[in-house]
Amino acid sequence: MNTYLNINNLVKKFGNFTALNDISLQINQGEFICFLGPSGCGKTTLLRAIAGLDLATSGSILQDGKDTTFLPPEKRDFGIVFQSYALFPNLTVAENISVGLHNQGKSVAEAVDIVNHWLGIIGLSDSAPKYPSQLSGGQQQRVALARALALSPGLLLLDEPLSALDAQVRSHLREEIRTLQRKLGITTIMVTHDQEEALAMADRIVVMNHGVIEQVGTPQEIYDKPASRFVAEFVGNMNFIASSVVSDEHIRIAETLLPKPKESLKRGDLFDLAVRPEDIQFSEDKQDLPVQIKAMEFQGTYVRTDCQLIGEMNAPMIKIDVPIREVRSLGLNNGEFRRIRYSNEFSHIFPRKLNQSATTNTSAVEV
Amino acid sequence: MDTSINRKLATPNYLQRLSLSFSRDSALLGGILIILTVLMGFFILAPMLTMFAKSVQDLNGNFIGLSNFTAYFQSSAMLHSIANTVTVGLITTAIVGVLSFSYAYALTRSCMPFKTLFQIVGSAPILAPSLLPAISLIYLFGNQGIAKELLGGASIYGVIGITIGMAFWTFPHALMILTTALRTSDARLYEAATVLKTHPIKTFFMVTLPAAKYGVISTLILVFTLVVCDFGVPKVIGGSYNVLATDIFKQVVGQQNFAMGAVTSVLLLLPAVLAFMIDRHVQRKQQNLFDSRSVAYTPKPHKVRDGICLLFCSTIALAILAVIGMAIYASFVTFWPWNLSLSFNNYNFSEVSTYGWTPYFNSLTLASWVAVFGTVIIFIGAYVIEKGRGFGPIRQLLQMITIIPMAVPGIVLGLGYIFFFNDVNNPLNGLYATMILLVINTVVHYYTVGHMTALTALKQLPAEIEAISASIKMPQYKSFFVITLPICAPAIMDIAAYLFINALTTTSAVVFLYATDTIPASVSVLNMDDAGQTGSAAAMAVMILVTAALAKVIHLIAASFINKRTQAWRQK
Repeated sequence: MNTYLNINNLVKKFGNFTALNDISLQINQGEFICFLGPSGCGKTTLLRAIAGLDLATSGSILQDGKDTTFLPPEKRDFGIVFQSYALFPNLTVAENISVGLHNQGKSVAEAVDIVNHWLGIIGLSDSAPKYPSQLSGGQQQRVALARALALSPGLLLLDEPLSALDAQVRSHLREEIRTLQRKLGITTIMVTHDQEEALAMADRIVVMNHGVIEQVGTPQEIYDKPASRFVAEFVGNMNFIASSVVSDEHIRIAETLLPKPKESLKRGDLFDLAVRPEDIQFSEDKQDLPVQIKAMEFQGTYVRTDCQLIGEMNAPMIKIDVPIREVRSLGLNNGEFRRIRYSNEFSHIFPRKLNQSATTNTSAVEV
Repeated sequence: MDTSINRKLATPNYLQRLSLSFSRDSALLGGILIILTVLMGFFILAPMLTMFAKSVQDLNGNFIGLSNFTAYFQSSAMLHSIANTVTVGLITTAIVGVLSFSYAYALTRSCMPFKTLFQIVGSAPILAPSLLPAISLIYLFGNQGIAKELLGGASIYGVIGITIGMAFWTFPHALMILTTALRTSDARLYEAATVLKTHPIKTFFMVTLPAAKYGVISTLILVFTLVVCDFGVPKVIGGSYNVLATDIFKQVVGQQNFAMGAVTSVLLLLPAVLAFMIDRHVQRKQQNLFDSRSVAYTPKPHKVRDGICLLFCSTIALAILAVIGMAIYASFVTFWPWNLSLSFNNYNFSEVSTYGWTPYFNSLTLASWVAVFGTVIIFIGAYVIEKGRGFGPIRQLLQMITIIPMAVPGIVLGLGYIFFFNDVNNPLNGLYATMILLVINTVVHYYTVGHMTALTALKQLPAEIEAISASIKMPQYKSFFVITLPICAPAIMDIAAYLFINALTTTSAVVFLYATDTIPASVSVLNMDDAGQTGSAAAMAVMILVTAALAKVIHLIAASFINKRTQAWRQK
């Protein structure tokens, strides 16, 4: 695969604050990449450095083999869509799309053809003479997308394009963008803080935190094999169960001894066993972890149960998502004592975070 | 992959980066910023600095430290002026504060009839030079005034005259801020107060006043500054009641004592700057009281309240109309008070002054140039400061310089201009006493308000317009003409009208800078009044008022025409 965008050791400083700390990343031709992270993690700064809107402090960006690190945005090849739509408010929908085409030297007739083509694609053929304020948010964002794509740029940058939209419009437009991107094969970077969006849309996700990249991988990899505690906490739900290695074969959780999940663990190690709520099951086996069900929350297709480890009253609740059918067959009830099990394949091991457990303890007491 | 890792080259140095990031857009932007910086350096900073320098020099230009100030404070007459200035400032501020708040309250919170009419009459004094109320008051309450008895023997010349004249002239400024402050009020707060069974009077103190608090503070500061810095009213009606602004005029024009003029200017600058800083602080706090979720308050009819409001507004409006009407009437009276027959004699300016009608046409020229040239430079300046990319330090510096003119009283600015441009060693000396310098000075004097108006309009544009333009390869100048300019058309017309009207009515700064062939109308009012030609002075003041009113009408017509063409997109 061709590397289209090559970012090497990129650093961006605002005064004393380091917004991007030595970022290196390769993006392939035609890929859909999501920059995912909490606000202030540097994802937007990275996007703006790629666009040239905020120039990097050091490092290099190569786009299509050309060094663009310090070029102003007008000398780069990209289309951009912002969260706020940023349509030209005094131009009609058609003019919004065509104004860039005229600058590219397209004749009036050509421009009209291209505008009509794009209006057809985004399903707004009737809206050509309307002003942006006469359109809904979702329609405006479609126009913004068409405006960015009509010039056939090599790179499409999306800065939280769906965040301002209602849930329904959002999921609909999400699919549209993805379909269009596949059809055009345009290399695309989308910044988002919505993990669901990133998981659903991206070919690869770049998880960022505090100006560094925590993990790069396919949505499946990010979800199933989080590379760091931050990724495990940030993407999806995760239980962190305090554990310790008591012998060469066994670990201890609360008062139960269980087989050691990973060879590399040494006797005396303190660690957190990370398991997703959907990867824990109720079981009848006497070997498994005893818990008491403390709360059950109906979620439609599943029930979220909060379970208290027996013998460890201060530990945070373990969350378990049980499919409705299983709830029925097991006859689960609030307050019952049950046993739970997890599979080693879908559990992860992270070093114990000491101050973290202290805070969760206090919150557990309050509950 | 290998090549990319080997590319960990040394980061390019500043010059290399500059040449890499060079483009037509950044060159244009940089060029405009440099020109603007040079202009502001010469026409704002340099005159002010020269004035500060003069205040610590003797008549021969030797540095003498603060001895001018020591001499100043040893003179009891000078200390008297300071006390007078503060007194008249406080009294007028209190009166205008109460009257304008009540008037604004009636306009925004009652259902009294004729609101539009009251709005227009309340704003009318802004179209007159500050000399007009002063002259009018002389006709009303002066030694030969028609309503002299109303004062019960007290003299209009002095603190009473200055207070009434300034109250008339500052009223519309106060009204403008307060109607805005009272209009943006959240109806939900009043509903909550009603639900909690709060007494209406308590609601007024719990909801209405706190919501308008910042507007009120801003108003009081503005009125105080205007009163303290104005020189037209005390000059005409002040009699022997000296204030700082008239002191400067006497020291400079009467005694040619420039050093003392500079000292007085510095003293006058202090309260103005202080007031300005408090106001900036308050303004910053004001934001976000009314957001997009708020529900606008609409008053419901209430007989007693509406009746009182109508009565109050009618009284104020009548007073305003009386002052304006008196000036107009007096301008037609053949020879006050002996020959009350009406004629155009007073308008025959060549009879009473060698200048004839020249000052009036000078003022038209001045106002037109100020409106055209000022609007262009203010708007482009605001645009490059707000929407420019890169050049951060220069843009911040310019942003700071643009707020200076507001804190500088006109008369102080004018004096700074004399000091700087009337110096034979200054290569720009050739500008002194020319129309060009009058234009520049007036633009500078009113720069800040125009700049703020432009900034407010620009801030309403999506912040990403420039980024989008760059991504679709539209040059910035083109997006300026295609997007920014049409959207900001209403604000641009507001700025032009504001500059035109103020250039017509201003007296303060230009009084030091005119020559015989460039004397503006407002200054000729002053001169004719000084020469005892009060009738002609009134006539010229009325000419200014009428012209300003006409300009306002033309502005409104042009605005509705242009808005129809550029603002169609605002309709849903």
